[in-house]
Amino acid sequence: MELKWWHIGLIIALVLAGVISPFASSLPDGLERVAIDHDFIELGEGHEVMHSPMPDYVVPGISNETLATSLAGLIGTLMMFGLVYGIGKALKGSSVERDKN
Amino acid sequence: MHIPDGFLSAPIWMSMWIIAIVIVGYAVKRTNEKLGERHVPMMGVLAAFIFAAQMLNTPVAGGTSGHMMGGVLAAVFLGPFAATIVMSTVFAVQAIFFQDGGITTLGANIFNMGLIGTILGYYIYQGIRKVIGGEKGMLVGAGVAAWITLMLGAIACAIMLGASGVVPLGVALPAMAGVHVLIGAIEAGITVVVVGMVLRSRPDLLELQKI
Repeated sequence: MELKWWHIGLIIALVLAGVISPFASSLPDGLERVAIDHDFIELGEGHEVMHSPMPDYVVPGISNETLATSLAGLIGTLMMFGLVYGIGKALKGSSVERDKN
Repeated sequence: MHIPDGFLSAPIWMSMWIIAIVIVGYAVKRTNEKLGERHVPMMGVLAAFIFAAQMLNTPVAGGTSGHMMGGVLAAVFLGPFAATIVMSTVFAVQAIFFQDGGITTLGANIFNMGLIGTILGYYIYQGIRKVIGGEKGMLVGAGVAAWITLMLGAIACAIMLGASGVVPLGVALPAMAGVHVLIGAIEAGITVVVVGMVLRSRPDLLELQKI
């Protein structure tokens, strides 16, 4: 199979999410830093509307943190590609149909 | 900068949901009219890359980390409205599957970290690109638009926190703007590097019709 440009793009994304992400900084981000410094960080705790299957980009039930993060990254990246590719296909499909009419 | 559930008052998060729905709805309509065969894999790859890049927090000053947002990057390749669909989907997946950003605050997050970059950022990019011209114009335009819109997103976030009564605006504004000066530099740096690499290897990918 010939490697297309978007295969390469997807591989780069998978490497970032699957290999590099476990080494990302776990320091608070900009908003969390401001929330900690100005004492409102607790407002965001316990108010979750729903519980996500992979909170904080970790697959639950895997004790090895690196692996749990790496897997969450791979799952998320593939899910993003598939979902947005599908949305794009659906939008394109409806525009082609209209052109025919 | 993903706002969790609980940070914003109901009138604010509801207003932001309405604004996001109206703008994303318009983006769907525009994209639906124009999307071509070659846009589809580009949308998928950008969504995958931006999701992955948003996992890569880098330490900045003062015990704080930051990651890129990617709205300007998506818009440089796709144009403002197709990029809006990519970014909105990224934030929705992050909130639903990864507890990154709240559900009530999803509209606010799509606005601050998505729409400001994809729409306003795109027009800043195009303006600078036309003035300077050529590849240099593209790179400078993308970098400047990325930095400005990340800062504007941080300022919008501060205004929403202030309006929600969580923290005085006079406190939130300088704090959010200050901490995001460097995070904006990350945004600009990655945006310029990615656009530059594609310019060197596959410049045709930057010539898709902008939607």
